[in-house]
Amino acid sequence: MPRTKPTLTLALAIAVSLAAPGAARAREQIQIAGSSTVLPHASIVAEVFAENFDYPTPVVESGGTSSGLKRFCEGIGENTIDIANASRPMRPGERAACAANGVGGIIELRIGYDGIVFASGIAGAAFAFTPADWFLALSDEIPRDGAMIANPYRRWDEVNPALPAVAITAFVPGTKHGTREVFEEKVILEGCRQSGAHDILLARSGGDEEQAEAACIRLRRDGLSVDIDGDYTETLARIGANPAAVGVFGLSFYENNTDSLQVATMSGVAPSLETIASGLYPVSRPLYIYVKKAHLDAIPGLREFVEFFLSDDIAGEDGPLAEYGLVPDPALEETREKFAGEKVME
Amino acid sequence: MSAPNKSLFTPGPRTRARNRAEARFRASGLAAILAALAFLTGLMGIILHDGAPAFRQAFVTLTVELPEERLDPNGNRDPADLARVTTFKYAPLLDAALLRALEEAGAENPFAKAKKLRALLSKGAPAQLRARVLAEPELIGGSLTMRFLASARADGYLKGRVTRESLARERKFTPAHLDVADALLGSGLLESRFNLAFLTGSDASESRPEAAGIGTAALGSLAMMLVVLALALPIGVAASVYLEEFAPQNRLTDLIEVNIANLAAVPSIVFGILGLALFIQFAGLPQSAPLVGGLVLTLMTLPTIIISTRAALRAVPPSIREAALGVGASRMQTVFHHVLPLAMPGILTGTIIGLAQALGETAPLLLIGMIGFVATNPPASPAEAFLAPNSAMPAQIYEWARRADPAWYERAWGGIILLIGFLLAMNLAAILLRRRFERRW
Repeated sequence: MPRTKPTLTLALAIAVSLAAPGAARAREQIQIAGSSTVLPHASIVAEVFAENFDYPTPVVESGGTSSGLKRFCEGIGENTIDIANASRPMRPGERAACAANGVGGIIELRIGYDGIVFASGIAGAAFAFTPADWFLALSDEIPRDGAMIANPYRRWDEVNPALPAVAITAFVPGTKHGTREVFEEKVILEGCRQSGAHDILLARSGGDEEQAEAACIRLRRDGLSVDIDGDYTETLARIGANPAAVGVFGLSFYENNTDSLQVATMSGVAPSLETIASGLYPVSRPLYIYVKKAHLDAIPGLREFVEFFLSDDIAGEDGPLAEYGLVPDPALEETREKFAGEKVME
Repeated sequence: MSAPNKSLFTPGPRTRARNRAEARFRASGLAAILAALAFLTGLMGIILHDGAPAFRQAFVTLTVELPEERLDPNGNRDPADLARVTTFKYAPLLDAALLRALEEAGAENPFAKAKKLRALLSKGAPAQLRARVLAEPELIGGSLTMRFLASARADGYLKGRVTRESLARERKFTPAHLDVADALLGSGLLESRFNLAFLTGSDASESRPEAAGIGTAALGSLAMMLVVLALALPIGVAASVYLEEFAPQNRLTDLIEVNIANLAAVPSIVFGILGLALFIQFAGLPQSAPLVGGLVLTLMTLPTIIISTRAALRAVPPSIREAALGVGASRMQTVFHHVLPLAMPGILTGTIIGLAQALGETAPLLLIGMIGFVATNPPASPAEAFLAPNSAMPAQIYEWARRADPAWYERAWGGIILLIGFLLAMNLAAILLRRRFERRW
């Protein structure tokens, strides 16, 4: 029957094209995956790179630091990614996974710093926080008269009379975000120490530091602290619905949305590129890219791309990344030398 | 007991109660339809309201001087030498051009440095200029009048999204920039016009929402749909014809049938995991390729097509088959000459609905690397359309909706308008096919 013939030919054509990539088609694009915090920066570099060099635009995927590093460590070769974006340093376990799959020779490059800011709706009250305020408001247990009691606070002014008299609602990054770790370490744990809770917990755990820290960062579960597993856009939408709530954002996200968010100070310092670069603003973290040394000569343009990424034109103080909200790394020159010398992780 | 009715025309209490019940039922049915219509118009209204601005974009027309000492220091017009001058060298030329345009408009530069004016233009403007100069090196030394994309903030000002109040605490784009924009508006250099690049263009990085388009992602979707059509239709029809017309009724075919019905209910992300393991890690197909996306969506669409095809085959009355067999046709001839042509409208309808479902799917694409900053190069050849990294329309919309700049939000809604347009066209085609060719017995 003639009617079936076109479909048959089409199916055949597809089958042929299916077999074609088996003939080792050289990959043209650089493949990057990882942290959604680094994604905007990496995509800006990728775009400017393609404009100025004769290479196609590198592909930048998101998915988070952990999943990016997992894919990075799958092996060496064209079917694996060349660069992993990370908003925290690689963990020893991930190094081991890499080594087990034959991924040696990893170059770790710090590209700059990301500030983490606390912001509330523009229509709501303004906040000036200290880490202790956050610990006392969000922890499941707080210290009182030398003992730990269940967190009784419902309003910010109960935590600290200087804060506005609004109900506590905090949108904090969910546990799968790299931001959560920084939030726990630089805000909650710091507040735990400041408020004296850490000493009580240390005494209770019999001097076990790890147990005390784990108890410090345990947040209340009565709905006043809400984990956001989505992106900052979700936090922004939640704050739009509840202007009195406070959310955790990246500096660059806040700077793009100053019309609907107002930023809170932390220990009296307002976050900005300058205060974060100088270390005055306490809540920031370094951002990294990890490059496979073995791919540098195999993937066309990879070496040029990383050099371009680290150049002053891009990652320097006047570059497009700083303009977007990446805090420039004062030690960029050292990072460049590290890459030029192809210094791999020990 | 009530008295018996005197006449059929004067309803008794039980009749009245029944009539009331019927009226209530009709009213609630009508209310349900009205509610559904209200939701639909509300949804479409929001989509159109939020997305329509994406189809217009602000442009600035500037006359740029192209000094030779800056763009071709060696003076030999060698393409390799010209290509070495980066976009960073071109940017100050645009600053100067803006300053001149401002002077001609009779306004002053409110900033200490001309560089500050740059925020009015797209970050892609220097690249626009550089590409033009590299294509026409004879322009160097003269001047060039060209239309450049304005920045997303300037564009938002023309669209009413950005106001002096909303900029009060911005670092990069200040109310003073709006004074400059007003001056340029007055001299007609800044204007809003239809933005074809949104329909045909590629994705852009986070810092330039004004330059992003959905064209490349739409090509990715098209390539995937072709793969799905070419694989799912023949396989699905062959499987259903065999199961329906030839296969013996036994435990094995029962098992297959139950499994197909189950597969149709499997969450789509599961097919993504399968695709990652099977096509990328085992078969070694390229990551982020529409071919792999199409294969994954084929797996997802197959059960839908098989189920609808079997229903269509079953709707062909047995008398047709018996008549064909009665005049001496073989079973294969019966199927191909009589049953299949009669079932075709139903099969095509099922296929188109399956395709429409696959077109809107995002979850499995996440796992095979099609979400992110991917749809950046329009495919140069048909082979590349299937094998080079690309995204798909719903994936692109998802990606845009989570970016920081509010201008991306508008882009995402604009993309939704196009996606809904495609879905409507496909569903309309399915309805027309059914109307035109369907036969009832």
